[in-house]
Amino acid sequence: MIVGEQKSIAEIKAIIAPYKKILIMGCGTCVKTCFAGGEDEVAVLASALRLACKKDGKDIEIEEFTVERQCENEFIQEGAPAIARNEGVLSLACGAGVQAVARRFANTPVLPGVNTTFIGVLEKQGVFTEECSGCGNCGLAVFGGICPVTRCAKKLLNGPCGGSQNGKCEVNPETDCAWQLIIDRLKTLGQMDNLRIYVAPKNWQTSLSGGPRKMVREDHMI
Amino acid sequence: MSEKPISRLQEILTKGEFAVTAECGPPRGANPGIVRKKGEMLNGYVDAVNVTDNQTAIVRMSSIAACAHLLHMGLEPVMQLVVRDRNRIALQSDIMGAYSLGIRNILCLSGDHQSFGSQPDALNVFDIDSMNLIRTVQTMRDDGKDMSGFELNDPPRMFIGAAANPFADPFEYRVIRLAKKIDAGADFIQTQCIYNMDRFKEWIKMAREEGLTEKVYILGGVTPLKSAGMAKFMNNKVAGMDVPDALIKRMAGVPKDKAVEEGLKICQETIAELRDIKGVHGVHIMAIEWEDIVGKIVKEAGLTPRP
Repeated sequence: MIVGEQKSIAEIKAIIAPYKKILIMGCGTCVKTCFAGGEDEVAVLASALRLACKKDGKDIEIEEFTVERQCENEFIQEGAPAIARNEGVLSLACGAGVQAVARRFANTPVLPGVNTTFIGVLEKQGVFTEECSGCGNCGLAVFGGICPVTRCAKKLLNGPCGGSQNGKCEVNPETDCAWQLIIDRLKTLGQMDNLRIYVAPKNWQTSLSGGPRKMVREDHMI
Repeated sequence: MSEKPISRLQEILTKGEFAVTAECGPPRGANPGIVRKKGEMLNGYVDAVNVTDNQTAIVRMSSIAACAHLLHMGLEPVMQLVVRDRNRIALQSDIMGAYSLGIRNILCLSGDHQSFGSQPDALNVFDIDSMNLIRTVQTMRDDGKDMSGFELNDPPRMFIGAAANPFADPFEYRVIRLAKKIDAGADFIQTQCIYNMDRFKEWIKMAREEGLTEKVYILGGVTPLKSAGMAKFMNNKVAGMDVPDALIKRMAGVPKDKAVEEGLKICQETIAELRDIKGVHGVHIMAIEWEDIVGKIVKEAGLTPRP
C-alpha cells in the first residue's frame, strides 16, 4: 500500500489560512489503512482544526467528505457537490490523489494534508515499513525476496557494506541490514550461490529517473 | 593486465616487497598548501598516498584535485572514488580525467552514508555500487571501453583497489565479498583498521583457503590510537569498527600522558604481526589528521627506506 502520514496541525493551519470554507477530503483506500486520511482521520482532523481556529479567533467552515479512492475519477466525482460548496479542498489522500482531484477541478485549490512517505507493508499493528521503490524492474528473484534497492541505505546490489553490524544498518540501528536479511533467507532457501553472482549496474530507465511513468493496457481500454 | 606496471605501488607489490601506504584527508577549504604540507610529512615514508573522497560525508577539497597537488610534488596518489555522490556518467568522466592528470591508482568505494556527515539533507546517488565501479574501471583498462561499450580513445589504465572490512557482519559473507571484488577486477585491497587481530587472522585464513591471497594484494589497515576515549569511540560510534575490550583496557591502563606512546606501541605490534601473516602484502596507515606521525611509525617498524 501507499503509506502516508498526516501533516502537523500547525502546517495544515498555515496551508488553509487563506480560506474560510474548506472541504477536508478523505480517501478510503491506502491512507485509511495507515491511519492518515480515512473517514475517521478526516473527522478527527476537522474537529481539531475547528477548535484550533476558534482559539485563534478565525472564522472557518469545515466540511468533511471521504471517497473510496481519490485516484479514480469515478469516486472523485462523488465529491463534486461538496467541492463546489467550498473555496478549497484539503486532501488527505496520497500525492497521487491530491493531483487527481486537482486535475478534475481546475478552479479549486487542492491542498495536501498528508505527506506521502512510501510503498510499504503493515509489519505489525501500528508499524509500517518501506519495502518497494517502484523501480519498474523487479530483481527480487536473486535477492531472496528482499529488496536491497529499497531496504539498503546505499542501494547496494552486490552485498552488504562494511557498516553491517549485528544484523543492523549503520545508518539507523533500528533498521535491519537488508543484506543480513537477504543472506539469512538465501541460507534458509539453500540459495547461497546467489551471493556469488555479480549483479550488473541497474538499469534505472524504468524508474523515476526516466521521467514520470505511464502504463497503457490496451487490452483494458474502451 | 599488461606486463609493465601501471604504478609504483603495483611495481612494489609485484616484486613482493611489503608495501606501505598512508591516508591523506584533503582540507575543508581550497588551500593546496595544506595538501602539500601533509604530502611533505609522508614523502619518503610511503609508496603511495590514499586521498580520501569526502570521507565521513563531510565536504572537502575533491580527491582528484588533492591527488593532482601530490603528483606535482612527486608523490604517488591512490585516488579514492565513492559512488555516493556521482552517477555512472560522472564517475567514468572523473576516472578519465584523473588518468589524464597522471593518477594511476584508484580505490573504489561505496562511501560513508551522508547521514553521518555535515550535510545529512543531501540526496545520495548510488547509481552503481562499489562492485560495479571496480568492474567499470577494469573494463575501461582491459577492454578499452566505457560502460556503454563505446571504445575509448586512449582508455584510462588504473591499478584497481577496493576495500574490505573483515570486522563487519555477516562474517561468513566477508570472504565471498572479497572474492566478488577480485572477480570484478580488484588488484589490491585495503582493509578496515585492524584492532581485532584474531578476527583478521581468521578472515585471511579463509581468504587463503579460497586461494584469494594469490589473486590480490592485501594491505592491512592500521590506525594508531591516541587515547582510551578514542578506542571506545571507534568501537561504539564508528560504523564497521571492532576494537576489542582488552585493547580498550590496555589503553585505559596507562597514564594519560603515556596513552599516545601506548597507542603507537600497539600499532607497531600490529604491523609486526601483519608482516608475518601469509597473504598480507603491505600496510595501510590511516593516521586521521595525524599525518606527521606516519614517518615515525614507518621508521620504527624498520620499513624505511622505501624502495
